[in-house]
Amino acid sequence: MSLLKPGHRGCAGCGDAFAGKFVLDALGEDVVIVSPTGCLEVFTTPYPESAWGVPWIHSLFENAAAVASGVEAAMNALGKKNNTKIVIIGGDGATFDIGLQAISGAFERGHDITYICVDNEAYMNTGIQRSGATPLYASTTTSPHGKVSIGNPQHKKNMPAIIAAHGSPYVATASIGYAPDMIKKVKKAAQVKGPTYVHVHAPCCTGWKFDSSKTIEVGRLAVETAMWPLYEMENGEVTNVRKIKNRKPVEEYLKVQGRFKHLFTMDGKNEGIKKVQAIADWNAKHFGLE
Amino acid sequence: MRKNMVVVEGSYAVAHAVKVCRPNVISAYPITPQTHIVEDLAQFVADGEMNCEYINVESEFSAISALIGASATGARTYSSTTSQGLALMHEALFNASGMRLPIVMTVVNRALSAPINIWNDQQDSISQRDTGWIQLYAEDVQESADMTPQIYKLAEDEDVLLPAMSCMDGFILSHVYEPVILLEQSLTDEFLPAYDPEFVLDTKNPMSFGAFADPSTYTEFRYKQEKAMGVALEKIEKIANEFKDIYGRYYGGLIDGYVLDDAEIVIMAMGSIIGTVKDTIDELRTEGESVGLLKVRSFRPFPTEAIRKALKNAKVVITLDKNISIGKNEGALCTEVKACLHNTDNRVPVIGFMLGHGGRDIPINIIKKIINKAKLVEKGIFIESEFADLREDLA
Amino acid sequence: MKLIIKTVTKPGSTRANKTGAWRSFMPVFDHKLCSKCGICGIYCPEGVVNKLENGYFEPDYEYCKGCGVCANECPKKAIVMVLEGK
Ligand SMILES: Cc1ncc(C[n+]2csc(CCOP(=O)(O)OP(=O)(O)O)c2C)c(N)n1
Ligand code: SF4
Ligand code: SF4
Ligand code: SF4
Ligand SMILES: [Mg+2]
Repeated sequence: MSLLKPGHRGCAGCGDAFAGKFVLDALGEDVVIVSPTGCLEVFTTPYPESAWGVPWIHSLFENAAAVASGVEAAMNALGKKNNTKIVIIGGDGATFDIGLQAISGAFERGHDITYICVDNEAYMNTGIQRSGATPLYASTTTSPHGKVSIGNPQHKKNMPAIIAAHGSPYVATASIGYAPDMIKKVKKAAQVKGPTYVHVHAPCCTGWKFDSSKTIEVGRLAVETAMWPLYEMENGEVTNVRKIKNRKPVEEYLKVQGRFKHLFTMDGKNEGIKKVQAIADWNAKHFGLE
Repeated sequence: MRKNMVVVEGSYAVAHAVKVCRPNVISAYPITPQTHIVEDLAQFVADGEMNCEYINVESEFSAISALIGASATGARTYSSTTSQGLALMHEALFNASGMRLPIVMTVVNRALSAPINIWNDQQDSISQRDTGWIQLYAEDVQESADMTPQIYKLAEDEDVLLPAMSCMDGFILSHVYEPVILLEQSLTDEFLPAYDPEFVLDTKNPMSFGAFADPSTYTEFRYKQEKAMGVALEKIEKIANEFKDIYGRYYGGLIDGYVLDDAEIVIMAMGSIIGTVKDTIDELRTEGESVGLLKVRSFRPFPTEAIRKALKNAKVVITLDKNISIGKNEGALCTEVKACLHNTDNRVPVIGFMLGHGGRDIPINIIKKIINKAKLVEKGIFIESEFADLREDLA
Repeated sequence: MKLIIKTVTKPGSTRANKTGAWRSFMPVFDHKLCSKCGICGIYCPEGVVNKLENGYFEPDYEYCKGCGVCANECPKKAIVMVLEGK
């Protein structure tokens, strides 16, 4: 049975729950998990219950990397570190935005920690507000589409590149739609000494507005359209990419999600979709996905 | 000078006291006037004199956050900060206390910006009053050093388990060279037991820390913190006496009096200002004035009962505050002393004076001026609270 | 009764909360169509699709929220979602 126990309060079909489960499947019992505030943290630990079958700590929204630094330092000081992995599982808001400074500090100091970003592309826990990870034109509650708005005006920040620039020995992207690949990468990240990073794309049925049964399918579509390229970087260099056989047009990914629905109905719709297609094309070319 | 005394900087005396407490993890970020403490500690580590992890974080927010993680893992932890750094920690201070992690921090008291100012007042720690941290205030360098093992013992007590601030006035104590007795390692090992909490982050007993509490349970977390402060209130005196038995020094427990018993005018204060007040009292006593001092060592927990008892015979109470609650025109000590007397029969007037902001000097003549103003009460002229030393050309 | 508030909580204790009650659709597994590939076991967000001794898979209905991911992912269409209470 999974070390992330059932009974938690995640929405039916929750992508974060998949991510949490796969991380623990990859790591086993010899791990300490640090979670910043966010959906996964809240729905797994309604006092006096906890879904975690491993030691777990939540402190605040923006400090998980620093808390993990302290856990690692204490384990070293007390002679308890041995092979225990210290792993942060944080949302995109905690990672891209409010917690970035603490992450930068921890990666610079070179703690032996693994940071897993569970990216559902918005602040879900507080009701689907945009974050630095929200993709271009997605409609969220703080970047809604409207008469004069086509949704989120900014591009998604390139977080793996930011981490790689810190000199991290291992950075990878993964998707809950490809569980074996994700589990392999999480295992590898934990095994590599030093601060490592796995960025997991985790569709959220509630926030992205699709049926709960489609969580995994939507995750796969992001990869098949090159909206979410899967790759590994070692010491700053891309060393492995997952090739796409017959790359699908981005419409196939966009049309199944309510957050992009306006792109298909508003005036000048083709312009919007074209711009999104350009992102996928860039990914395909840049990472050599085809 | 006593035989085993050495002349060192206040910061060094405190850093040395931290060293003999054997913390496992130190995490701090430099800010004047705390810097010398963390530099001295870094040197101890670099010289192999301390066996601990020293994390050079990128902010005070991460300093306290790292200690939250370390303390939950079972480590004895230490940080030091002041002013802007302490304010930056604010959110995490509540968190450390709510999780009942006995982190110890020296606050080297300093004024807050704007205008930016690096000198001493106590606005920084006073502003963290409600975060659930124990706050003790030291009068001089020796007390600052001696407070360190005492506050560890208090914070880590299994019936307390609260984080704690040991407060010392910036520059006035941190940068002064004074003869002190450096704390002996052997005595400290005898005085301070190892930290051994019941629950830690442990793969063999995988508990969860920091759950989400809804209205059905949240209140009781706060109630338990308050109860723990109540226990601390009793233990401060006990620990001060244990310290006396082992090291031979004593500074009072929650409060301390100086020619208090027969005093009609009682001055209440915290921190290094105590020294000036004592000198003033000495002068005034030779002139036949009935003035005494009530030093407040513990601001959190607040020693309500002890203060009520100590003020039983006072005719006028003067509070000195190096802080202000802007909009109340009062310092925190003044407000709290008034509140603690309200439900008693003791209707002694409490007159508040705010002074020493941003490091402004507090000479004896200012204390005398204050006492004379307070005495006007006998003539029916009552001052509620005011700034003691305003520059007329700027005000 | 003495109120015991600890700041820590016990591992896996959410199991006290039977989320099966949330379900409006129920996954029904047809073993005749099943190839025992195990995909449903991987792609259940609750981690409650278990392998039986005979190699087939069944969900723990005490916790299954009825999200339908297992049915959507089953390559053999061996899982159907049926309205609860029918
Ligand atoms: C300092 C602070 N600001 C804001 C919040 C409110 N808040 C809690 S969780 C959250 C969003 C979490 O977003 P993300 O990290 O993407 O995780 P998700 O819930 O989407 O999985 C916000 C804004 C907070 N708890 N603390
Ligand atoms: S809002 Fe999204 S991430 Fe949050 S619990 Fe629901 S499905 Fe999961
Ligand atoms: S996914 Fe379908 S075919 Fe595969 S084991 Fe499950 S029920 Fe059987
Ligand atoms: S319907 Fe959802 S919760 Fe129920 S068994 Fe299938 S995947 Fe698991
Ligand atoms: Mg998110």
